[in-house]
Amino acid sequence: MTEPLLSVKDLRMHFPITEGIVRRRHVGEVKAVDGIDFTVARGETLGLVGESGCGKTTTGRCILRLERPTGGAIVYDGVDIATLSEKDLVKLRQKIQVIFQDPFLSLNPRMKVGQIIAEPMYVHGIEPDAAKRKARVLELLSVCGLNARFADRYPHEMSGGQRQRVGIARALAMNPEFIVCDEPVSALDVSIQAQVINLLEDLREKFGLTYLFIAHDLSVVRHLCQRVAVMYLGRIVELADSDALFDNPQHPYTKALLAAVPVPDPLVEQGRVFRPVQGEVPSPINPPSGCVFHPRCPIAVDSCRVGRPATREVSPGHFVACTQI
Amino acid sequence: MRAVDGISYTVNAGETVAIVGESGSGKSVGAMSILRLIPDPPGRITAGQILFDGRDLLTLSEEEMRKLRGNAIGMIFQEPMTSLNPVLTIGRQITETLEQHRGASRDDANARARELLTLVGIADADRRLKQYPHQLSGGMRQRVMIAIALACNPKLVIADEPTTALDVTIQAQILELMKELTQRLNIALVVITHNLGVVARYATRVNVMYAGRIVETGPAAAIYHNPRHPYTIALLRSVPRLDRPRQARLEPVDGQPPDLTRLDAGCAFRPRCRFAVDACAASRPALTPASEEGHFAACFRGADLTATDQAA
Repeated sequence: MTEPLLSVKDLRMHFPITEGIVRRRHVGEVKAVDGIDFTVARGETLGLVGESGCGKTTTGRCILRLERPTGGAIVYDGVDIATLSEKDLVKLRQKIQVIFQDPFLSLNPRMKVGQIIAEPMYVHGIEPDAAKRKARVLELLSVCGLNARFADRYPHEMSGGQRQRVGIARALAMNPEFIVCDEPVSALDVSIQAQVINLLEDLREKFGLTYLFIAHDLSVVRHLCQRVAVMYLGRIVELADSDALFDNPQHPYTKALLAAVPVPDPLVEQGRVFRPVQGEVPSPINPPSGCVFHPRCPIAVDSCRVGRPATREVSPGHFVACTQI
Repeated sequence: MRAVDGISYTVNAGETVAIVGESGSGKSVGAMSILRLIPDPPGRITAGQILFDGRDLLTLSEEEMRKLRGNAIGMIFQEPMTSLNPVLTIGRQITETLEQHRGASRDDANARARELLTLVGIADADRRLKQYPHQLSGGMRQRVMIAIALACNPKLVIADEPTTALDVTIQAQILELMKELTQRLNIALVVITHNLGVVARYATRVNVMYAGRIVETGPAAAIYHNPRHPYTIALLRSVPRLDRPRQARLEPVDGQPPDLTRLDAGCAFRPRCRFAVDACAASRPALTPASEEGHFAACFRGADLTATDQAA
């Protein structure tokens, strides 16, 4: 097997909680990401799913180095980027780009679309010539399915789907290899979602991109990703090929998550026996001991309260962190 | 601008009716109009009737309307953080409703509030009643919203995207709770949502809205398995499915959502429709009977659609 493009090893991101105004005392920490391992192969789309606060966005931010991880390694193309200096990061940021969730908040309302897309090229000195930069902007617009006349518009003149296309065009301006997609379609209407999903797939093929696809919508993830990692409270509880994970989930949390998603078909729904998983996600400040899912887990036994369950490979490529299966 | 343009539907006691549509289709405005919660100006209800228990709500005075809201008609909003008052305790927000509408004494109201919290599955009710909304999780806050909506034994509850802001396992808990309570208490429930899965799991009947109009209405099974409006078909086809292996490509609804200020005399879906013909530009199709009893679609081509056209 070839070397993965990205390999995350025992990544930890703990945010300190402090009290006091003059002398800030350290009173605890939020373990947003607490020791996760995964790899992403070149040209692959890895899905990262989980509920609010499970650490999926923080993981993405660490890979983008918008956060400096408190532990672990992020090896990108042979280089550990977890500890890179600011200077070296500039180079890295051309290779790793991001598409954000909210197309309303992630575009500068005072800039025209053309300027928004051209700015990263200008900042990184990729295309110093203004005329060439302009031509490149128009090319990117057309790649993303937008008419050239949008270059002179402001974001507020566009619909949500069009704005998200601008966000994608801006990410592509750097000719990146790797794109962190953080909930790129969650804010869009159903009929527009499909357009953007198709666009992301087309671009992956056309430019040989690699995606880390962060989302809470499992149906979208199933459609778009080759492999999927399920996160719960800062840890990866299950990681497998997309079809294996959705057709044959092993971890009780994955099962609960899949059962909770209603399928758009009344007949299928009538046939499903459904009992929602009880309780809520505990606080990552003071996570449960042992397996973090044990307070809500239907098959938990006493031993789940002590010791973090090791991740085991139950079948080739299918990893589960549960002692009871 | 016509946010809602001539919609008609009924809800029976104990029944769940879903209103499905995308942003700007008028689904929320239509439901808010039932409670006359649309600020006037700019919004005006220019025509129509809203019959609730035999009375036309549009002829009532503001005072009579206020007696109805939160009393016989309960409301559950999407965002539990912004629709609860941040400076009042949970207990006060429930008892306020009871004191206003039922003239309950402080003690009676408190006892009922405790009972309601238990009903919606909040343990440790006494402690929770003294807490403020920010001390509760999103799912917990939505349970409080349901408790407030149910406080005065309503006959009708309108839920506007009740679970959109919640995580999927919490969404499942809240929806099961709403279903169980409305059936047990024989409450008519109107759910406004864009989530086709939620509709399939919970609704008895479905209204599909597009550009301020109901384009298709009928029993849930008919809408999903025998859709007669191209928009409904396109919507069902465009969603990725969790229960199916990945297909080659999704089939999106082409084009952009309609601009309600620029609608013409024809069918509003025409520019995005695969089946549009010249007649679609001339006039707007009315709802006509489709496959079965109670199933209507507003499309000139509805009868021409074949099984292949309809397949999701």
